[in-house]
Amino acid sequence: MRRIIVISGHYGSGKTELAVSLAMDLAKRQDRPFPRLSLVDLDVANPYFRSRERMDLLQAHGVRVYGDSFDSTGATAELPALTAALRAPLEDPGCQTIVDLGGNDAGARVLRQFGKYFEGDDHELWAVVNFRRYETRDIETAREHVESIENELRLRVTGLVNNTHLLRESTPDILKEGYEKAVALADIMGLPLLFTCYPAGLVSPEDLKGIAPLYPLGLYIRPAYLDK
Amino acid sequence: MITDKVLMKGNEAFAEAAIRGGARLYFGYPITPQSEVPEYMSRELPKVGGHFVQAESELGAINMAYGAGAAGGSVFISSSSPGIALMQEGMSFLCSAEVPLLAMNVSRGGPGIGGIQPGQADYYQVTRGGGNGDYRIPVFAPASIQEAVDLLYEGTEMAQKWRNPIMVFTDGMIGQMMEPVRLPDYKPVLTPSEIAGKRNWACTGYADRGGDQERRVVKSLRMQPEKLEEHVEKLFEKYARAEKELARYETENLKGADVVFVAFGTTARICREAIEILAEKGVKAGLIRPISLWPFPNKAFDEIDFGTTKAVISAELSMGQMITDVQLALNGRLPVFLAHRTGGMVPTSPEVAARAQAVLEGLK
Repeated sequence: MRRIIVISGHYGSGKTELAVSLAMDLAKRQDRPFPRLSLVDLDVANPYFRSRERMDLLQAHGVRVYGDSFDSTGATAELPALTAALRAPLEDPGCQTIVDLGGNDAGARVLRQFGKYFEGDDHELWAVVNFRRYETRDIETAREHVESIENELRLRVTGLVNNTHLLRESTPDILKEGYEKAVALADIMGLPLLFTCYPAGLVSPEDLKGIAPLYPLGLYIRPAYLDK
Repeated sequence: MITDKVLMKGNEAFAEAAIRGGARLYFGYPITPQSEVPEYMSRELPKVGGHFVQAESELGAINMAYGAGAAGGSVFISSSSPGIALMQEGMSFLCSAEVPLLAMNVSRGGPGIGGIQPGQADYYQVTRGGGNGDYRIPVFAPASIQEAVDLLYEGTEMAQKWRNPIMVFTDGMIGQMMEPVRLPDYKPVLTPSEIAGKRNWACTGYADRGGDQERRVVKSLRMQPEKLEEHVEKLFEKYARAEKELARYETENLKGADVVFVAFGTTARICREAIEILAEKGVKAGLIRPISLWPFPNKAFDEIDFGTTKAVISAELSMGQMITDVQLALNGRLPVFLAHRTGGMVPTSPEVAARAQAVLEGLK
């Protein structure tokens, strides 16, 4: 894994859950290639359910979280203003940085101002795809979405992540159906399918034979009462 | 085509459901937490032959809706709390002129410009109305994206049937969250001559009316008090029918309950989790979930187990507005308490459960 991981994907693709899960996992690892670890939340397009809301949990695990410029009201500020401080982890060669991008082409646009950090080869750009999202429901619409992000960023996606899910109603069959589409999409786009996520505690990896590699996703962002 | 279950953000699903239910005209102005609705409409309505207009303000939007509805169009508008406040004058005019409209409020914390996190403090605004004169607007409060989809899908026809605005009232949480939904099939869209025939009051122009030369007038002004009184009395005969036909609710665990929550929308979901927490502590709690807020489902309260229930708690994201309707419905049969957060704050289920325990303790 390279130093900067930019995670893009449609709202509901689960990119924020992935960003938080990944940061939590890396924080617990002893053998990290980079001594420092940061999560940069660039999701200025979405007013609710941002990774900044789990800031306390992440910071308690040693992950530095960067978001907008209003520390006290950051999670609710409507202004799409970013703090200049978030350039620090992007510039620091000793900092593994996970960037959580906004959920569509307009949301991704904010990354452009940081373009100089992506000229080299120490970054990866992942596109998270959920084929059970209405707006990326088949290979064609998912491809359009990934390409619109690439066009907006003027960067090439380096790999796909399959996170086909239906929240608490996710089943092994839904994940398998998504996996088949993700393999086909990766093939069409000439991209590697990096891994397939599954909701830990909801779907067992034993029921996902034939899908590899697998990555367990913690459910950090969604409040439990939303599933009542 | 009916879809498989797909994951959608509330606001996108609302917009798609309105389109599938027949809405073809949208007028609006962006405001968080519902801006994805106009965004979706601007992209998707033209694909099905509809029209999207970004108005100069919510005042402009509601008056465009008034005009387009009067001309027989199937109109959908949406906004959030302060934007809905700006539309109140128009709502009164639409009710007076009996112009159909499907409207949605994805509400946030107030008063004033307030904040952008979820709120239910528009309860008075949507059930009592902020416009002038005697009028009523049926209001439905979904507790899930699927329920909102089903109500919005039904809403265009319902508005035409009652020749009145119909409001779907939800909070920012349901607008912003994701949930699996099944989208219903597209309803057939009427041609101009079908509109002229079926909506035989609308100012469609003569061209689509097959030789019918009768003059159609849609108006709100009635200068003679006798005529205005007669018109308002007629409106209220319609509202009396609506009170009988449109009251909707769900009840859960009322039999043998020690305490009953009354809650709608997001708050109803939190109460469901609070009920589980209370059960673990040996307290039986039930839920009345009004789906229609006007007409308020008074009948639901007759289902309370008055032999066991000691208190009713209105759970709200406001300083207590629905509680007035709860008290009216109970008419003194049980003491009524409030569990609330406001300003965009959402209570946790342990908080709501603790409030219920404190209420029951206090009654001992």
